[in-house]
Amino acid sequence: MRRHLLILGPPLAWLLLLVAAPLGILGLIAFAEAGPGVPPFIPPLAWEGGPVWQGSSESLATLLADSYYLEAFLRSLLTAFVTAALCLLLAYPMALGIAGARPGWRLPLLLLVLLPFWTGFLPRLGAWIGLFRDGGWVNGMLGLLGIGPLRLLYTEAALHAGMVHAYLPFAVLPLATALLRRDLALEEAAADLGATPFTVFRSVTLPLSLPAAASAFLLVFIPAAGEFVIPDLLGPPEALLVGRVLWSEFFQNRDWPLAAALALALLVLLLPPILLFQRLGRRA
Amino acid sequence: MALLRTEGLSKRFGQTLALDGLDLDVRPGEFLALLGGSGSGKSTLLRLVAGFEAPDAGRILLEGRDLAGLPPHARPVSMMFQSYALFPHLSVFDNVAYGLRREGVARAEIARRVAEGLALVGLEGTAGRKPHQLSGGQRQRVALIRALVKRPRLLMLDEPLAALDAGLRERTGLELRALQRRTGAGFVMVTHDQGEALALADRIAVLEGGRLAQCGTPAELYERPASRFVARFLGAANILEGRVATDGLVEAAGCRLALPHDRPAGADLAVALRPERIRLLPGTPPATNAATGRLRDLAYRGDGWMALVALPGGTELRVALPVDAAPPAPGAQLVLGWPAEALVPLAA
Repeated sequence: MRRHLLILGPPLAWLLLLVAAPLGILGLIAFAEAGPGVPPFIPPLAWEGGPVWQGSSESLATLLADSYYLEAFLRSLLTAFVTAALCLLLAYPMALGIAGARPGWRLPLLLLVLLPFWTGFLPRLGAWIGLFRDGGWVNGMLGLLGIGPLRLLYTEAALHAGMVHAYLPFAVLPLATALLRRDLALEEAAADLGATPFTVFRSVTLPLSLPAAASAFLLVFIPAAGEFVIPDLLGPPEALLVGRVLWSEFFQNRDWPLAAALALALLVLLLPPILLFQRLGRRA
Repeated sequence: MALLRTEGLSKRFGQTLALDGLDLDVRPGEFLALLGGSGSGKSTLLRLVAGFEAPDAGRILLEGRDLAGLPPHARPVSMMFQSYALFPHLSVFDNVAYGLRREGVARAEIARRVAEGLALVGLEGTAGRKPHQLSGGQRQRVALIRALVKRPRLLMLDEPLAALDAGLRERTGLELRALQRRTGAGFVMVTHDQGEALALADRIAVLEGGRLAQCGTPAELYERPASRFVARFLGAANILEGRVATDGLVEAAGCRLALPHDRPAGADLAVALRPERIRLLPGTPPATNAATGRLRDLAYRGDGWMALVALPGGTELRVALPVDAAPPAPGAQLVLGWPAEALVPLAA
C-alpha cells in the first residue's frame, strides 16, 4: 500500500494541484458576487468568527435567463459539430490512403499530417489571414480569372477553414491507427464471397472502423467547442462563441463570476461526449 | 477435364521464390491435400487461385477457363481462411448469408439455404449470435458453411483444422470429409500435418520449395515415395544410401539389401525403409535384408515403441516396435530384418 502511494503520489498531487484545485476555485468564483477590487469579486465564503456564506447564484441564473449566452453555447456546439464532421470527411480518405500505402511510405505520410505542428499556431493563422484578406492570395488568383474580389476573411467559411486546418491531425491519427491495425483477411473473405471493392468497403471496412471514426469525431468536437483564438481571428464578428463570450466577460467586463459560470457550464455540456469518448477508448 | 489446373505457376515475393513453375491438376469432386512445410508455397497457391495475388508466370484454369485478370469477387471459387475471417460485426446468419446476398439470391431462398447450411453442421440455434459468442469449433464450422453455402465447385481450405484442439481435430476432419462427399465439391486443403492429409485426402500433393515433389493417393505416397523429401516428410522413413554391387544386391549402411527388382550394377541408389516394416529377429541375422545394431534410445508412443538402433557403420535406423512386446534394454544388441518389398528405391 505504501509503495502504491509512492508511485501514485506524484501524479495524484499533480492532478490535485493543477486540475481539482483550480476547478474548485472556479466553482467558488462562479458562486461569488462581482464587486470592485482585485480580484474583482467578493469571496463567497468569509470568516467572521465562523464560516459565513455570502455568495449568490446570480451568475448562474443570468446564464439561464439571458438568451445571449444560450445562443453562444448552441453556436459553439454547432461550430464544433461542423468542424468535427468536416475533419472526419477529410480524415477518413487520408487515413485509408496512409493505411493502404506501401509500408515504407506510411511513416512519411503520417509525418506530413503532423507537419503543421512544427510551426507555431499563430503564424499559421496569420497565413490564413494572408490568403483570405481582400487583397490576399486567393482574391489575387480569382482576380486573374476576372472574379471578385470576394469577401473571404471574417466569414463562416474562413472560420471553418481555420478550424478544420487546426484540428484535422487529431482526426487522422486515431483513424489511421485503427485502419492500419485492421484484419485484411476479413476484406479478402468478403471479396472471395463475391463482394465488389465498393461493397467490401461499405459492408466490412466502414462498419468495423465506426468506433475509431466516433473517437476521431469526439477528439475534434471536444476541444473545438471551447475554441477561442480561431473564431476571433478568422470568423465573422457576429460569431459569438462561448470562448469569445468568456474572454470578453473576463477581460473586458471583468465579471469573473459570470466567466467562471460560463466555463463550468461548458464543462458540464462537454461531459457526455468526454465520457462517450472514454467508453469508446476502453472498447478499442 | 480437370476442375483446376495450374500450368507453370510461379510467384516471387522479393528474394524468395514461393512457387516455381508448379503444374497441378485437381479433379472434379476430389479431396486433395496440399502438404508441405512452411515456405513450400502451399498457401501462396491458394491466394493465387483466389485472386488475392497475381502470378508472375503461368496459368490457372478453372474447368478449362483461364482465371487471369478476374478479380477475386468474380472468381467462382470459395476459400476458408485459417483465421476463419468471420465478420465480427455480423451475426452468424448474416455471415453465412453474406455470399448469397452478393449473388442477389431472393430473401426467402437465403433464409432457407442459411438454415439448411447451419443444420448441416449442427449449428441450428446459433443464427442470432455474434462470432465472439461462439466456441472455436463452432467458429470453424460457421467459416466452413459460409464458404460452402454458395455451392462452389471448388473450395479451398487453408489449414482448416490447425486452430482446433487436438481432440476436436480428428472428429472435425472426418466431418469435413463427410461434408465434401455430400456436396460433391472439389476440396483443396492446405495442411502441414501429414496424418491429416493421409487420413482425409483422396490424393496428396507434396510441395517442396514451390515445386510439386509428388502427387498421388495417400497409399502411393506412403508406400512408394518418389524422393528422399517425400519419404522423410511422410512417416519419417529411414533412408539408406548405397551402391548396386555386381551380384545385383545393394550395399548400404553395412547391409546387403535384396530389392524386388534388379538394378544395373555400379549405380548409386537411395532406398527408403519404413520403421514399422522392420522386425526384431531371433538368433543370427540372415545374409540379406537384415542388420545387427545396438539400441541407442527408446521412446514410448502409446501404440508402440520407437527405437533408435545404431548400425556398426554409424547409420541409425528408426524401428517401430509393437507395444505388446517387452522393450529391449538400452545398449542391447538387436537383430533386425525386413521383407524385400519394404525397400523402396528413390528417384531423387
